[in-house]
Amino acid sequence: MEAQKEIVIEIKDLYKSFGQNRVLNGFNMTIYKGDSIVLLGKSGSGKSVMIKCLVGLMQPDSGSIKIMGDDPTKLSQKELNLLRSKIGFLFQGSALYDSMTVRENLEFPLRIHPELLAQKETRVKQALESVGLLDAIDLMPSELSGGMKRRIALARAIMLRPKIIIYDEPTTGLDPITSKEITLLIQRIQKEYDATSLIISHDIDFAKAIASRIIMLIDGINYASGTALELEKSTDPKIKAFFKQT
Amino acid sequence: MKRPNPVKTFLIELGDLFYFIGRFFRELMSRPFEFKELLRQAYIMGNRSIVLVGVTGFILGLVFTLQSRPTLAEFGAQSWMPSMVSISIIREIGPVIIALVAAGKISSGIGAEIGSMRVTEQIDAMEVSGTNPFKYLVVTRIMATTLMVPLLIIFGDAVALIGSALVEYIKGNVSFQLYFNQAFIALSFSDIIPATIKSFFFGFAIGLVGSFKGYNCKNGTVGVGEASNSAVVFTSLLLFLIDFIAVFLTDIFT
Repeated sequence: MEAQKEIVIEIKDLYKSFGQNRVLNGFNMTIYKGDSIVLLGKSGSGKSVMIKCLVGLMQPDSGSIKIMGDDPTKLSQKELNLLRSKIGFLFQGSALYDSMTVRENLEFPLRIHPELLAQKETRVKQALESVGLLDAIDLMPSELSGGMKRRIALARAIMLRPKIIIYDEPTTGLDPITSKEITLLIQRIQKEYDATSLIISHDIDFAKAIASRIIMLIDGINYASGTALELEKSTDPKIKAFFKQT
Repeated sequence: MKRPNPVKTFLIELGDLFYFIGRFFRELMSRPFEFKELLRQAYIMGNRSIVLVGVTGFILGLVFTLQSRPTLAEFGAQSWMPSMVSISIIREIGPVIIALVAAGKISSGIGAEIGSMRVTEQIDAMEVSGTNPFKYLVVTRIMATTLMVPLLIIFGDAVALIGSALVEYIKGNVSFQLYFNQAFIALSFSDIIPATIKSFFFGFAIGLVGSFKGYNCKNGTVGVGEASNSAVVFTSLLLFLIDFIAVFLTDIFT
């Protein structure tokens, strides 16, 4: 069935080392249109490195990456920027620009799209309405709580109506109630924007709630893959270690 | 744990700095130009430093004149005071002291700001948004300091002369008109031009080192503190080096 679906992201034999420390050791992953994939792994297992390679923030040592048919490692800067505008990225610490208001933060991705400048106001308001924070439009990031920052960062990620949204640990550092709100928000955004999601997490409850498929990144490889239910039944101690926490 | 070789570390950092300078000129020449951000940075740097520079300049002129007065009076040479103060301040003391103050205020600020943007992934977010962070953050700041530090130095020099004139007015009963007349008669283009050219290099160094330290910031919040601190130390040393080269070259060509 998967063979008929459109491949959005395809990673083959990805290797990345930092000095003697080999973080990715031949990682493979295929994501289809509409998927909601959670990449599960321990802290320091290379999840963030993998997604940074994916969007061209890091160069892999070897291996191939294809995003909607394009290899980000082989594109010119202009082509890479064009590809990046099809990807929304939610950073772990929100990464809102401290010196800008919420409005300016949201307008920032539109800078390189002059054709969209006329819709600037509408898009900002629409994105803020999607995350339920229209009132925060003129606030500075320092005036926002952790959960609000995460929502605004999500609003910024969807400003260009991306086809793929990458979330780096979207619930890390948040209280359980806010985490649940963010989880629901991600589900709603995914439906509203018909986007394919790749979510990095080590939170198994979150993964269970949101994933159509879980890929486990252990020892630098895609160690196991399946639905939360399938993986939970596994007898492999490395996989079981994640589910024991619940 | 094996300690890194300090000579090797220094040479690597020097190599990185030259690469950074090369990248600055490459990005400076290529489109798009971030004029709006350049103007914003120039406004912020000028606006936030003007009071500090003014106070420093005023006290500098005041103290310099107060300290020199008894020595000149001993030889009955008080009438040389305006010429001596104006030449000293315009040629050397003004640019160096104001640049050092600007290094403490601006270079550390740039190091801390860009450094915290690095560790909180704001620079990565900028890159993912399709904006070149080097051009947006680094080129604009270096250009802003290169343009604004000379203006701050001119302003500081002017305030220093006012401070000096005030002392002469109070202590020596010299009118402001006479003071400034004497001060400007003593100055020639060979005093003003090299000092002005030097101040552009001071501005460039202040922006360059602050941006370099911030952009290459590592190790979280500790790294931000280190970037800010080492930006001031390294900039101050670089300012003295530039001053030495400038004085040496001026001496050859005048």
